[in-house]
Amino acid sequence: MHDSADEPRALLQAQSLCFARNDEAIFGPLDFSLHGGETVLIEGDNGSGKTTLLKVLSGLLEPTSGKVLLHGAPLTLAKLSHQVALLGHLPGLKLELSALENLRFATGLGGIRPGITPHLVLASVGLEGFEDTPLRTLSAGQRKRVALARLLLVPAALWLLDEPYANLDRGGIDLVNRLLDNHAHRGGAALITSHGAYAFTSGTPRRIALHVPPPAQRGEVPEERRGAEA
Amino acid sequence: MKPGTTSAACAAVLRRDLMLVWRRRGDALNPLLFAIIVVACFPFALGPEAAVLERIAAGTIFVAVLLAMLLTLDALFRSDLEDGSLEQLVVSPHPLALLLGCKIFIHWLTTALPLIIVAPLLAQLLQLPAPVLPVLIIALALATPLLSLIGAVCVALTVGMRRSGMLLTLLVLPLIVPALIFGAGACNAAQNGFAYAAPLLWLAAWLVLSIIIAPLAAAAALKISLS
Repeated sequence: MHDSADEPRALLQAQSLCFARNDEAIFGPLDFSLHGGETVLIEGDNGSGKTTLLKVLSGLLEPTSGKVLLHGAPLTLAKLSHQVALLGHLPGLKLELSALENLRFATGLGGIRPGITPHLVLASVGLEGFEDTPLRTLSAGQRKRVALARLLLVPAALWLLDEPYANLDRGGIDLVNRLLDNHAHRGGAALITSHGAYAFTSGTPRRIALHVPPPAQRGEVPEERRGAEA
Repeated sequence: MKPGTTSAACAAVLRRDLMLVWRRRGDALNPLLFAIIVVACFPFALGPEAAVLERIAAGTIFVAVLLAMLLTLDALFRSDLEDGSLEQLVVSPHPLALLLGCKIFIHWLTTALPLIIVAPLLAQLLQLPAPVLPVLIIALALATPLLSLIGAVCVALTVGMRRSGMLLTLLVLPLIVPALIFGAGACNAAQNGFAYAAPLLWLAAWLVLSIIIAPLAAAAALKISLS
């Protein structure tokens, strides 16, 4: 486990991070740090708190105890950063709008990476020719690709991806891996959750394992639920 | 890296919400039709005597407009919550209150403004005396943004619940009754030849206070609803 105190250049650090809902521990305490160029997989069964962890890391949820540091500075909902892009279970896209209109909204909200346009990213996720089609008429996998295109567009160094492989075909899975590789080459970091790592083919990623607590131990934070890095 | 500015974010929210209303313009006309139908029913129910209609005109129009706006209130944040856009708004680095303020403004612009525009027609249906019409328009222009703002806070509080329609109405109604009293009161005063400035100024003062506080309260309530 990293000693996070003497690594000031880590992109993201979690220090004894715990989250509990109604006194029931969801995960933690977790200690890990994430550097530029790294892709880390959060593994765990259904209900082990993967989504909750991403929400805490993005600042959507306040951790019960512990800290999230972004470039060494605390990340809280009151002080969010352009550095973080979250792709949750819900893609955050409007079905009435076209792919292009959705992406324009995303750049208005999150800014745009220099030298890139919505047209370019749509082409790079394989949606050339679908720019002006309302999302309502696209398939779930195509909508997912639009959500991925949003990540490419905004200037965020840290990607938090919740089940990025869901709904994607073989080509889509390769696409996600390619995007993650490119992102790492640019010096960005990504945390992705998956209930099965089968789809993850680009190298051997570092892993953070989360476990469902046995019912008897709920309410306290048992020692064996400490996040273990493999 | 070029982070987006807050004004660009507000512009993006304004443009997107306007575009969404335009794409769902059939639904957006519902409140307008509702208000016109309600007001048009009164002369049929009460008979066409000018004296009766004149007396109830301002109050009826006010009630119809406020109820019509209540129809659309629940949808203010619901679709954004259901498709995850709300999460994106919250994790964006811009002040959430400001972004919600933009959403509330579009709600007012697309629901209340058409109602204010047809108010002369509604007044005609109920034979409201012509000199009272400007007072009615001003009172509506002050009271409807109040409803949008107060309603947004209540919607933000209840949006996390699955079936919040009834609860929302119960929460909003007592809070907007004062706006109804002052607004319709100003019209009645004008109709009876009394001074009507005081209730309008009260509405204006209340509106200014709400513009400052309501978006902040809605932002805080939304963060609670999301967690």
